[in-house]
Amino acid sequence: MAEQPILTVEGLTAAYGAVTALNKVNMTVPRGGICAVLGANGAGKTTLLRTLSGLKRAEAGRVLLEGADITRIPAERHVHHGLVHVPEGGGVIVELTVEENLRLGGLWRAGRRERAARMAEVVELFPPLRERLSRPAATLSGGERQMLAIGRALMAGPRVLLLDEPSLGLAPLVTRQIMDMLLQLRADRDLTVVLVEQNARSALSITDHGFVLNQGEVVMEDSSRRLLADDRMRHAYLGF
Amino acid sequence: MVSLSDHESTSRDKQPESTAPAPTVGDRWRALPALVRFPLAALAAFAAILALTSVTGPTGDLRIGSVGYYMLAIAGLQLLIGYSGQISLGHGAFMFIGAYTMALLVLNQPALPLWLNMIITVVLSCTAGVLVGAATARLHGPYLAGATLALAVGLPALTVRYPELLGGSNGLAFSTRGAPASLAGVITNTQWQAAAVWGTTLIGLVVLATISAGRLGRRMRALRDDEAAAGLAGIPVGRTKVIAFVISAGAGGLAGACQAYLLGTATPSSFTVTLSLSLLAALVLGGLGSMWGAFFGAVALVYVEVWGEELAHALALDSNVANNLPIVFFGVLLILVILVWPRGLHGMASSLADLVRRGR
Repeated sequence: MAEQPILTVEGLTAAYGAVTALNKVNMTVPRGGICAVLGANGAGKTTLLRTLSGLKRAEAGRVLLEGADITRIPAERHVHHGLVHVPEGGGVIVELTVEENLRLGGLWRAGRRERAARMAEVVELFPPLRERLSRPAATLSGGERQMLAIGRALMAGPRVLLLDEPSLGLAPLVTRQIMDMLLQLRADRDLTVVLVEQNARSALSITDHGFVLNQGEVVMEDSSRRLLADDRMRHAYLGF
Repeated sequence: MVSLSDHESTSRDKQPESTAPAPTVGDRWRALPALVRFPLAALAAFAAILALTSVTGPTGDLRIGSVGYYMLAIAGLQLLIGYSGQISLGHGAFMFIGAYTMALLVLNQPALPLWLNMIITVVLSCTAGVLVGAATARLHGPYLAGATLALAVGLPALTVRYPELLGGSNGLAFSTRGAPASLAGVITNTQWQAAAVWGTTLIGLVVLATISAGRLGRRMRALRDDEAAAGLAGIPVGRTKVIAFVISAGAGGLAGACQAYLLGTATPSSFTVTLSLSLLAALVLGGLGSMWGAFFGAVALVYVEVWGEELAHALALDSNVANNLPIVFFGVLLILVILVWPRGLHGMASSLADLVRRGR
């Protein structure tokens, strides 16, 4: 018997007005798993993450985090439950400094010492950030911003990290670095990652499992290796 | 290509670094914690105001006092607009609440000391801020502006609705105790009043500056930039917005109380929509995003009008023209400053300071 999955999604449905963006999506993510959510533009990938993190209201269905129902709690409470969403583009606050951005991620933590320890860990993980702590985030490059966004999410000490297109607008080499870092995080602290990607090939190369969305429905799920090998799949939905 | 003059300026830049490795007075000042720095700065400002009012006459004292309470109201608006990114076109309504609270307290409870009146005013206007803030927390941009505008238009009309209590369109007039008897020969009544207003203002400013430099200020700036990202980082968006509104309403109410105290009246005609819009214009003119902007805005708000009137008087202009001259002045100043220094008078001052520093 497998252990309880860390994230379970049951029949999740979300809509923008009359348009259904997610239709009865089911998925389970095991602890320490890295899974990819793939699909064309408008397939519902970002909506799925927004609904998981409470930015978008679910019309129906449930989201369970280690068995606890988190479907209806407000977005800012998700952090307390250990689920952190890094939105598309990172959501870095450009007018604050790098350090202030990082501090935002740990704001809700009570202990000053615990926050300081987190901060030290995060800058350890992202050396480029350490050199730029007191600079405004507006001066960072795209890759550094993505690192800052992920670093800020890690400040909250998440168990599940939702990443929306971390490779958007980044050079392949930088994308590679970020993907490697995700693998490292999984190995180091048992972090579970749900990765939304346009870049299906790079996403499938580091994930163990993939979900393919089309028009708001999960049309296929399988191990990343088999998804990569399935020619029909690749042509129909993944475009390579 | 490095031209000769460029070369000169860079070598000049480097010199102070090599000759003065020790931290300057300014650096040491900035290294002080906010809780020490802001009260010290306020004490210095208070001493400066005392010195200033000792050389000005009663009219001058009144104007200095006016700069004080406008500054407090604009600083409150700064926290709301410049930090938390919410707009309010109705801050005059909170000044109205503060002024009438002060007037009613003085008229009905003459025994209460001034400081207690001020505290009651802050509590009441913060309560009003909770109600308005909670109702408008879901509104953005133009919708929020519209809702607050309605407040500024509607609230002063209460005076006409309840003429027995609020004095109708003539408002409430009262007399305040001047300088205490023990100080009778030392300072005049108007000096005392200006000092009381500035004392209140500076306490309010220390509170506002400490908040905006701290954790709450950082939360506000985060949600101003990106509400969704701030929420995802664990910041309670709705609550932080309401808190910003409440603090800013408290500052507005306190400013209104100071105004009523200084002028000895509270009339509905002082709290029209024009006042709310002037506060906003003064904030933009002074500079968004820094508490200094409030100071420059308040000075401009008071003295542009004074100079406009004096000029009109000196030129013996027709009263139709004379009455509108200050408004024209303010408008032209606003347009020019924003065109040249989009960050307002504060932006102008800091870029001038940079020039001076580089010139040395």
